[in-house]
Amino acid sequence: MTAAPRTVAPAAVRAPSAEAVTPAPDRSARPRRGRRVLRLVSPIVLFAGWEAAARTGLLPPEKLPAPSEVLRTGWRLTAEGTLAVHLLDSLQRAALGLVIGGGLALLLGAVAGLLRVGDDLVDPPVQMARMLPHLGLVPLLIIWVGIGEELKITLVALGSFFPIYFNTYAGIRDIDERLVEAARACGLGQLARLRHVVLPGALPSLFLGLRLAIGAAWLSLVVGEQVNAQTGIGFLMMEAREFAQTDVVLLGLLVYALLGLLSDLLLRLAERRTLSWRRGLKAT
Amino acid sequence: MATRPEGDLSPVLTAGGVRRSFGVSVVLDGIDLTIAPGEVVALLGGSGSGKSTLLRILAGLDPDASGNVRRPLHHAVVFQEHRLLPWKRVLDNVALGLSGPDVRTRARAALAEVGLPDRDTAWPAELSGGQAQRVAVARALVREPELLLLDEPFGALDALTRLRMQQLFIRLREQHGFAALLVTHDVDEALLLADRTLVLEGGRLVEDAPVPLAHPRTPDDPAFGALRRHLLERLGVAA
Repeated sequence: MTAAPRTVAPAAVRAPSAEAVTPAPDRSARPRRGRRVLRLVSPIVLFAGWEAAARTGLLPPEKLPAPSEVLRTGWRLTAEGTLAVHLLDSLQRAALGLVIGGGLALLLGAVAGLLRVGDDLVDPPVQMARMLPHLGLVPLLIIWVGIGEELKITLVALGSFFPIYFNTYAGIRDIDERLVEAARACGLGQLARLRHVVLPGALPSLFLGLRLAIGAAWLSLVVGEQVNAQTGIGFLMMEAREFAQTDVVLLGLLVYALLGLLSDLLLRLAERRTLSWRRGLKAT
Repeated sequence: MATRPEGDLSPVLTAGGVRRSFGVSVVLDGIDLTIAPGEVVALLGGSGSGKSTLLRILAGLDPDASGNVRRPLHHAVVFQEHRLLPWKRVLDNVALGLSGPDVRTRARAALAEVGLPDRDTAWPAELSGGQAQRVAVARALVREPELLLLDEPFGALDALTRLRMQQLFIRLREQHGFAALLVTHDVDEALLLADRTLVLEGGRLVEDAPVPLAHPRTPDDPAFGALRRHLLERLGVAA
């Protein structure tokens, strides 16, 4: 609609950029593809070297078995059903801890973000507690809740609490006050404003908090499952260590890595679907 | 003093003794104002004179002000920035806060009226500044307001877009007959659109004058020029 004043400027801008843009894909596309291949080279060489060194006996198998050996072990444990049992237990701990810690963080973060009284009462102790490295609390937690399931779940809950709390708080605080006012002018009550303005406005932050929390949850689980666990991936690794089954230890690490990767991927997918309005934001 | 009853029609907006202070500085020091149904009133004033503060009070958006304001149930506000929710598509932004079975139809009709019938599924971020402001106007219009409160609604737009929006405003007002309070710092805009001009200075309304120009108005009309000079003088700008 502002065609008249605009045609002048873009035309002037387009002329030089047209020269720059057209050759650029030619120059950058091939190197980009080339670079992607190049970036695969060193990992492949590393793994191949590892495999070769293990097979020739250069690497003692009890120190570092061949990658193919680790995969074979993974296949064996999967076929036996052992891996699934331990994986399910680990997942259950992670989910439970995440729900408890994340739920509490969401609640307190919302109270602190939405209400001035909540901010004054809730935020200072949380800020102080943040300074404690939660994995360092293990001895204290063992005294408090023992060495059973409670310990693992508490650790995960503690680990996931802080990222979600801080991002909930920041997400609510960063909402443009003018949008809230506009919603009020449109006749939206407090609940409707929460639903239509505050929640969607804070959602990008909530997603960020959740991603960080899931990372922290896996980390907490790794530590927690090494304390007197009877099941779980961590237990699998500790047990394997006692019997010097290094391949199983490596498999456990691989499973942890895959879990982290997979959860991050799923979350990013959900984020892309939910926050599709931000794509428009980037387009302009 | 700003009272100007038109016939027997009861005013669509009545404000009495409106006061507002921020700390020690008194921004509004007793404002009395009435607006008749269908009347367009322009509120002029230098920057920082409290125009926007008054508009927010009249819209019921400032709980810390004192005084009485009676506003119609059906009123709507258009701000200087479009203030569309970036996470709602255009149509949902227009229909924000409305309920009923025909809301979407009404929202579509409002979008068509501002000339954007096919942008209903766009995200606000995909719109130009002028388009976004049209959507904001549609969001106000769909509420079928008896009173429209506009806070420098075209101030952030480029000159040509502003002219188009002013024409759109004239057309919509003819069709819908709403009353309007238009906060502006643009004397030309006030004289083009308003039936009456108010000047806010030192927390009080220091001038309340009708605009006795026939429509359609043009700035090159000599009477327009005289009024323009007068208002500019009132605002402390030597013509």
